[in-house]
Amino acid sequence: MWTWFHRLASPPTFYRLADRFSPWLAVIAALLIGYGLVGGLVLAPADYQQGDAFRIIYVHVPAAWLSLSGYVAMAAAAVVAIIWRIKLAECVVVAIAPVGASFTAMALVTGMLWGKPMWGAYWVWDARLTAELVLLFLYLGVIGLNQAFEDPRAGARACGLLALVGVVNVPIVHYSVEWWNSLHQGPTISRIGKPSIVPAMLWPLLAMTFGCMAFFAWAVLQRVQNELLIRERRSAWVRNWRLEREAAGNV
Amino acid sequence: MLLLKIPRPRGYAGSIPASGTIAFLPLLSIHSTILSDLLLRTESLSVGRGDRVLLRELTIAVGCGQLVHLRGRNGTGKTSLLEVLAGLRSPVSGKVERTAGGLHWLGHKNALNGDLSVLENLQFWCALQHCDASAIAGALERLGLAKLRHRPCRTLSAGQKRRAALVRLLIAPRPLWLLDEPLAALDAEGLAYVGQMLDEHLQRDGGALVTSHQALPVGRDRLQLLEIG
Amino acid sequence: MLRAFAAALRRELRVAARHKGDWLLPPLFYLIVVTLFALGGKPNDPQLAAFAPAVLWVGALLSALLNLDRLFRADFDDGTLEQMFLAPHGPIAVVYAKLSGHWLLGGLPLALLAMPLALQLGVPSAVLGSLLAGLLLGTPMLSLIGGFAAALTVGLPRAAVLLPVLVLPLIGPVVIFGAGAARAAAAGLDAAGPLYLLASLLVLGLCLLPLAATAALRNSFD
Repeated sequence: MWTWFHRLASPPTFYRLADRFSPWLAVIAALLIGYGLVGGLVLAPADYQQGDAFRIIYVHVPAAWLSLSGYVAMAAAAVVAIIWRIKLAECVVVAIAPVGASFTAMALVTGMLWGKPMWGAYWVWDARLTAELVLLFLYLGVIGLNQAFEDPRAGARACGLLALVGVVNVPIVHYSVEWWNSLHQGPTISRIGKPSIVPAMLWPLLAMTFGCMAFFAWAVLQRVQNELLIRERRSAWVRNWRLEREAAGNV
Repeated sequence: MLLLKIPRPRGYAGSIPASGTIAFLPLLSIHSTILSDLLLRTESLSVGRGDRVLLRELTIAVGCGQLVHLRGRNGTGKTSLLEVLAGLRSPVSGKVERTAGGLHWLGHKNALNGDLSVLENLQFWCALQHCDASAIAGALERLGLAKLRHRPCRTLSAGQKRRAALVRLLIAPRPLWLLDEPLAALDAEGLAYVGQMLDEHLQRDGGALVTSHQALPVGRDRLQLLEIG
Repeated sequence: MLRAFAAALRRELRVAARHKGDWLLPPLFYLIVVTLFALGGKPNDPQLAAFAPAVLWVGALLSALLNLDRLFRADFDDGTLEQMFLAPHGPIAVVYAKLSGHWLLGGLPLALLAMPLALQLGVPSAVLGSLLAGLLLGTPMLSLIGGFAAALTVGLPRAAVLLPVLVLPLIGPVVIFGAGAARAAAAGLDAAGPLYLLASLLVLGLCLLPLAATAALRNSFD
């Protein structure tokens, strides 16, 4: 088991494996997102309270969900990177950060667009929206830290430590913001009433969620592959890889 | 592959435990090995900086009463190697075993705060290392710093700072010395002091690994030259 | 351990005594920031008191950031950090001492200075107690989080720009509970709840952040 794990974590093995899997991930992501978008934006019935405006959940909910789970995944990779000093895990940490940050930004933008028809303003200091904003700052901190380092390995480990402290901070931010939001305003902000969701609305949402997950994984894999090539550029397997590509005529 | 043959040391005495020494390996594993006549040993050690591997498959051993003079061009990784041997950094691969008696580390930085006086710096170091501060006065005297002991380190010359850093080697007796360019900025008198200190250390069956671009002022019979790069 | 802690704390205070500007300037900066905020509003605006907790907290935060960059840098530059990591009991006692030193010289004065500043902003005296309690519990958290961020960036040439970006998102909950305690007191509510939450955050931070800072410092040798 352990040796298998180490074999998998060795850069060349992982690179080949990623090469084999990422097209499949891309296809799955395209199919699910395609179905989700058509099903959600066109086929699903309009919400009786929110009209067509509710359809933004097909983007907003998966983005918000992935922004958070992406951060947790980054912290999990950070644990592996810091304890076992596995190069692959270091690459995963720095690869997740930009992808997760884009999903967070997307969740924020769609949340704001949704806020306009629902709350009458683009920005309301809603607890979940605020927590999402802090999450974006946490992501940007990791990205900024990584870019400040010249040595990529030390940079990745520093990012890992920051991600770990950040992941402890995320639930604290969540609850503190909820508390902050409830201090004076009480339940005056109208939370969107949970509509009983009909299957025609639910299936596209699930498809979008899994589709975005596949896309997230695909994007991270691409970045990890790039990171591996850059970090291992002096090693034999990267030279061989280059020679193979040159022989095939696509460099 | 670079292998250094170690002659068996003549005598063994002093505060170094004779057997069953526990060596702390970097990372997770703790191995108990018998290092009775060795103070430091590496096994196929590779050392790097950043994502660059500088030295590969290095096997080094430092025995009691033995001085290893590490020499190589600039940028070959002498300092990196020394940092790994001291345990400040992890190696790329391979392992390092050290005596449990403790080691002295003298980096190319002197570890002196410029705002504090020589004495204050050394007293802090003693508190940090849990050693007796009463030896400071005598050690300062020996390296000719007694008069300067209340001067802020910022006002000292480079050579005086180097001497102040070397004082630490005399304050606490430790079997293994890892010195990175100890002779930098020293004058002829300072050089002679270092030679004396090294000689005494080796006579007490201590061991040392020293990087230097100059010849070390020590007798040939105890010296091992190790060229890297 | 205790000997190393005491010696390191004494050393921090001694160095600070020889560089008075390092710890006298942040309170001055705090004073100026709060004054400028008042200048930005209407003279004698009664609304000023409503924003006072937020202003006092953010001002304290920014002022504490000023001398953060130097926390571990001098020791990194002169090689003392290496000696700390090779000490028989490791560097953790020294890390605790340095963070304590930062709070004593950079956090505590700001918390105390906040009192006259609060009066200047028209905060009713009934609120002062919970404001001070919040700052006394929150400023150590600032030193802990700030110390961790300073440790992460100790080897970097342009750390001063990066530090605020790393510290400020992490400090969000502390500001919420700290300023929230003052706001609750101003509204005639019980301020104990947020203060307890703040205290528990401090306990968590005291246990975990020095360890994280030590790991970050070790990373700087690579």
